[in-house]
Amino acid sequence: MRKTVQHLKVIANLRLNDDHHILVLQSADKLEQIHPGQFANLLVENSSTVFLRRPFSIYSVDYAQNTISIYIKIIGEGTRALSKAVVGSEIDTMFPLGNKFTLPTEKEKVLLVGGGSGVASLKSLAQSLHEKSNEVAILIGARSSKDLVELDEFSKYGTVYTTTEDGTQGVKGYVTNHPVLELELSTFQRVYSCGPEPMMKAVAKKAKEKSIFCELSLENTMACGFGVCLCCITTTIDGHKCVCTEGPVFNINILKWEI
Amino acid sequence: MGDLTVSIHNLKLKNPVLTASGTFGYGLEYDDFMDVSLLGGIVVKGTTIHPRQGNDYPRMAETASGMLNSVGLQNKGAKYFATDIYPNLLKYDTNILVNVSGSTIEEYIACAEIINELDHIPGIELNISCPNVKEGGMAFGTSCASIEAVVSAVRKVYHKTMVVKLSPNVTDIGELARSAEASGADSLSLINTLMAMAIDAERRKPILSTITGGLSGPAVKPIALRQVWEVAKSVKVPIIGMGGIMNATDAIEFFLAGASAIQVGTANYLDPMITLKIIDGIDDYLNRHKFSSINDIIGGLQV
Repeated sequence: MRKTVQHLKVIANLRLNDDHHILVLQSADKLEQIHPGQFANLLVENSSTVFLRRPFSIYSVDYAQNTISIYIKIIGEGTRALSKAVVGSEIDTMFPLGNKFTLPTEKEKVLLVGGGSGVASLKSLAQSLHEKSNEVAILIGARSSKDLVELDEFSKYGTVYTTTEDGTQGVKGYVTNHPVLELELSTFQRVYSCGPEPMMKAVAKKAKEKSIFCELSLENTMACGFGVCLCCITTTIDGHKCVCTEGPVFNINILKWEI
Repeated sequence: MGDLTVSIHNLKLKNPVLTASGTFGYGLEYDDFMDVSLLGGIVVKGTTIHPRQGNDYPRMAETASGMLNSVGLQNKGAKYFATDIYPNLLKYDTNILVNVSGSTIEEYIACAEIINELDHIPGIELNISCPNVKEGGMAFGTSCASIEAVVSAVRKVYHKTMVVKLSPNVTDIGELARSAEASGADSLSLINTLMAMAIDAERRKPILSTITGGLSGPAVKPIALRQVWEVAKSVKVPIIGMGGIMNATDAIEFFLAGASAIQVGTANYLDPMITLKIIDGIDDYLNRHKFSSINDIIGGLQV
């Protein structure tokens, strides 16, 4: 689907807990294909402190209802304002933006590693992988059990493993402490990850050591979302690339990360 | 519909709305959103003779009613522009200006010479006001002597419309504007971004990798209006005003202050179709106030 700016109608605002919401936004037009990994840039209106749009992964797409859903973790004024969106109101939305995750062409055993709000970019990927009969495992890390939301959704598409920093659910520690990454990584043919940069670097390091295909979805701050401000760059073997148009998904072999 | 056509030296603009360099890519990035040919003109990304990687990440900080950037003229160089980008721009029926920058006068000259050969580029915007490069850029735009040196040198090799983009980071912009005019500028555009900084108190670190950057957005509009007004009183060449224009009313304010055309910058990030809405809004204003032409309000501030 080509990039567009539309006033999408809020048809649901699902409060998962104190600081996690899912907004379901409906287009008046028929949605064309949106790929796992793509994102939307939402305008926060009537805010005295928020100036720029806020980018979010497209959490899921319903082509029958012409809706996209956006997973919002409240981290600042922009996300707080959006989390209060009223059903029936409209949100000025630029979408779909960015490239996409590369899916295997044959059935593979794949691992998805999400941390914090980074899980938002992995659900539609898990769904696509599952629909194409890949064997999917999903490892989700969070600070605490209250930050682990939507696990039932993820479990529809594969085996879900969890870690929490405080040990309130799953394995205590970081995702990198989980046996599936520590011990079983070489059983996977592909790893995808999205989350805090230190986590993605740790995942990338392990994948690189074992020469496993690995793609990451980056979350650099951006002003435009469509490749003109050149603010969200990341350093690659081919020079600076825009996370918004040449990403957000990058293969670890392209990134010039010190890992 | 009022008459929206304006002239900037030899350029005939179908309307007075252009896009500011660095906020509109090469126009091509906007094809999904709008018909770029409806604009009075576009000023494409700052171009230098040699490819530039630009500054390190982070390059952007959101601020109250605006943002800072420190991109640092990332571009693939004038030759790449001429061979790989320019052919894709021939489809546009609008004035395409190239923003030309450099670290030395020789680099400005070399870049302008390449752009001068491109038939469908009727003008350049000489960028002597970029605050985000260590050498050149703004350094050329903050003294009369250096303005005279670079503008007159490029004037000798560039034979089409030459707009000179002024820096707001100066004490007497009228004096510098007169230097640019006397050195051969056909038009002046202003303002470039204001030198500024943002600090992350929690980490006790600057947000930008370069520590300082350029402020843009509605926060700078009052400064831009004041400087456009001062320059309009100081020179005879037409002025292209910019700085925080978010809507048609903002644009009208710049015309009243003395600008013959305007550029829209940061607002393009928030709404890629904003320029078309501004064109419509300018027309509405003319109709509402019963002006037959945009030229009737240029410099029309009643003081």
